[in-house]
Amino acid sequence: MAELEALRTVLVVGFVVVGAFFLTVGTIGLLRLPNVYNRMHATSKPATIGTVSVFLAGFAYFGPGGAGLPSLIGIVFLFLTVPTGAHMISRAAERTGVPFLGSVTWPGKSDDE
Amino acid sequence: MAVEGAVALVVDAAIVLVALLNLLCGYRVVKGPTVPDRVVALDAIATNVVAIAVLFAIKTDRGLFVTVSLVLAIIAFLSTVAVAKFVTEGDIIVTQD
Repeated sequence: MAELEALRTVLVVGFVVVGAFFLTVGTIGLLRLPNVYNRMHATSKPATIGTVSVFLAGFAYFGPGGAGLPSLIGIVFLFLTVPTGAHMISRAAERTGVPFLGSVTWPGKSDDE
Repeated sequence: MAVEGAVALVVDAAIVLVALLNLLCGYRVVKGPTVPDRVVALDAIATNVVAIAVLFAIKTDRGLFVTVSLVLAIIAFLSTVAVAKFVTEGDIIVTQD
């Protein structure tokens, strides 16, 4: 059992470190990128990966019997909801007329009008 | 009962780090030039709080807080969609006429 304890410790520490790194990357992107759409890119991908990594640390810590399964459900839920929310915010930003950078256009613009 | 050793140290450090990241996201909420900027920043704060809830569950060795993080994720998604609908349509529930 000592080997299992050591393996669990290594897994939890590794996942928490990776998750904290990706959450830091997402927040730096949110602060430094120039546009709503670029900031959304930073918060929806690295922040999701960081939170998923923290959830995996929770699964490794609690095991499959107790609170580990809600952690896996949380991963699935994040992968379903975060892209949906980012899509809705980007559509709302385009509808309210937030300008794009450079030569970027909204896809299918000529079809909408 | 608290966890011991390297796990406790790393999880404590991660909780402090993510709390500071939330503070930095708050800068974007206050400053951000447009409304979608603020919504994106609030969404990032909600994602970070979900991570904090899981880290707190590991720290205190109580699996209940993983369920708390699930509820927080649901609230974050609902509020994001509601604000996006409100910004777009001027109303949240739009009836088909």
